[in-house]
Amino acid sequence: MSADPTQVLAFETDCHIFDGCGFPAPGLHSFLFEPIWGHQDDAVYFNKTMLLALLGSVIIIGFFWAAFRKPQVVPGKLQMVAEAGYDFIRRGIVYETIGRKEGEKYVPLVVSLFFFIWMMNLWSIVPVAQFPVTSIISYPLVLALIVYILWVSLTFKRHGFVGAFKNFTGYNKELGAVLPLAMVIEFFSNLLVRPFTHAVRLFANMFAGHTLLLLFTIASWYLLNGFGIAYAGVSFIMVIVMTAFELFVQALQAYVFVLLTCTFIQGALAEHH
Amino acid sequence: MSHLLILAAAEGEAENPLIPPIPELVIGLLAFVIVFGFLAKKLLPNINKVLEQRREAIEGGIEKAEAAQTEAQSVLEQYKAQLAEARHEAARLRQEAQEQGATLIAEMRAEGQRQREEIIAAGHSQIAADRKAASSALRQDVGQLATELAGKLVGESLEDHARQSRTIDRFLDGLDESASKAEASR
Repeated sequence: MSADPTQVLAFETDCHIFDGCGFPAPGLHSFLFEPIWGHQDDAVYFNKTMLLALLGSVIIIGFFWAAFRKPQVVPGKLQMVAEAGYDFIRRGIVYETIGRKEGEKYVPLVVSLFFFIWMMNLWSIVPVAQFPVTSIISYPLVLALIVYILWVSLTFKRHGFVGAFKNFTGYNKELGAVLPLAMVIEFFSNLLVRPFTHAVRLFANMFAGHTLLLLFTIASWYLLNGFGIAYAGVSFIMVIVMTAFELFVQALQAYVFVLLTCTFIQGALAEHH
Repeated sequence: MSHLLILAAAEGEAENPLIPPIPELVIGLLAFVIVFGFLAKKLLPNINKVLEQRREAIEGGIEKAEAAQTEAQSVLEQYKAQLAEARHEAARLRQEAQEQGATLIAEMRAEGQRQREEIIAAGHSQIAADRKAASSALRQDVGQLATELAGKLVGESLEDHARQSRTIDRFLDGLDESASKAEASR
């Protein structure tokens, strides 16, 4: 490893340009944390991302608890904001993709998914925390697996075994000779690749976003020496620009994740073609 | 698996970021399930109930407004009908008054005509009676005067009453005759 995994914050490196010190570039080590409790080798341990994940849950529940615990017909400010978010997911995503009648059942799941992912992403730009929990594959993977299990079981429940098989393989008689090949590709694409891409899409976006932020942050610190100060200024501007961009990407990726979730559920409920 | 990863890390290679450690999976699941549980069981049903109430309140308000509008419409129609009726009534009254006035005038005219005719008739009969009275009085006076005159002229008293009155009668008849002759010639 190029740097001590514990020294993930830029100023901890105490290394500047013209000091005969190499640029401490961010890398995979930036995504590893010494456990706060226990040891990495143990079966049970507790690290920063876990803390942030649980803390994020508490924040989401706290927010919605404050907003929806005793909701009023004429809403207060907080309730209005929470309602706007809730309504956006419910009408804008669930009703749009699955439909009002069948979608109503999945609204709580999709709303929870959206706000959970958004919160986990938001940690990226929260001072002190400054780490997107979703840039650790475990968290997106768990969520993608929940959706995957729901999707597969819904498909079997709705179409029976043969129907579900046809649904997964995109069975279509008109394809003729190409049908077996198409079925194999569809089968892999749907059952194996889909959950993987679903999780990795979110993970990779947040991973890359965090790396970019780290890069410019570390560079701002590293360049802060002698003539390099001019470059440090540019780099710092990039930190601000990228932070704003990340703010956008965080919401977008949460949106994309739940939109895909709804599309999968809709595909499971729809009549196979 | 994590043991292998740590071994790999210890050999100087970074862990594969796509391989998830089990404890993180568990915590991730736990964190999400907490959120899902609270939202699905308690908080979203809460807000759904209120949203439903709000929808009903709004629809109730719309219904109320609609009812008020219908009532206003009916009241307006009633008012218009009453106004039209009142106008009609006024016109009828005016017409009636006119007719009454006309009959009254006609009646009064007829009454006036009648009274005039009565007065005229009374005048005529009065005149006739007066003439009759005058004529009889005149006849008596003329008879007396003529008798006196004749007596004075003849110088003798006409004793014989019967003869006397016959003579007078004859005389008067002659007068009447000449009068009626004169009237007929007129």
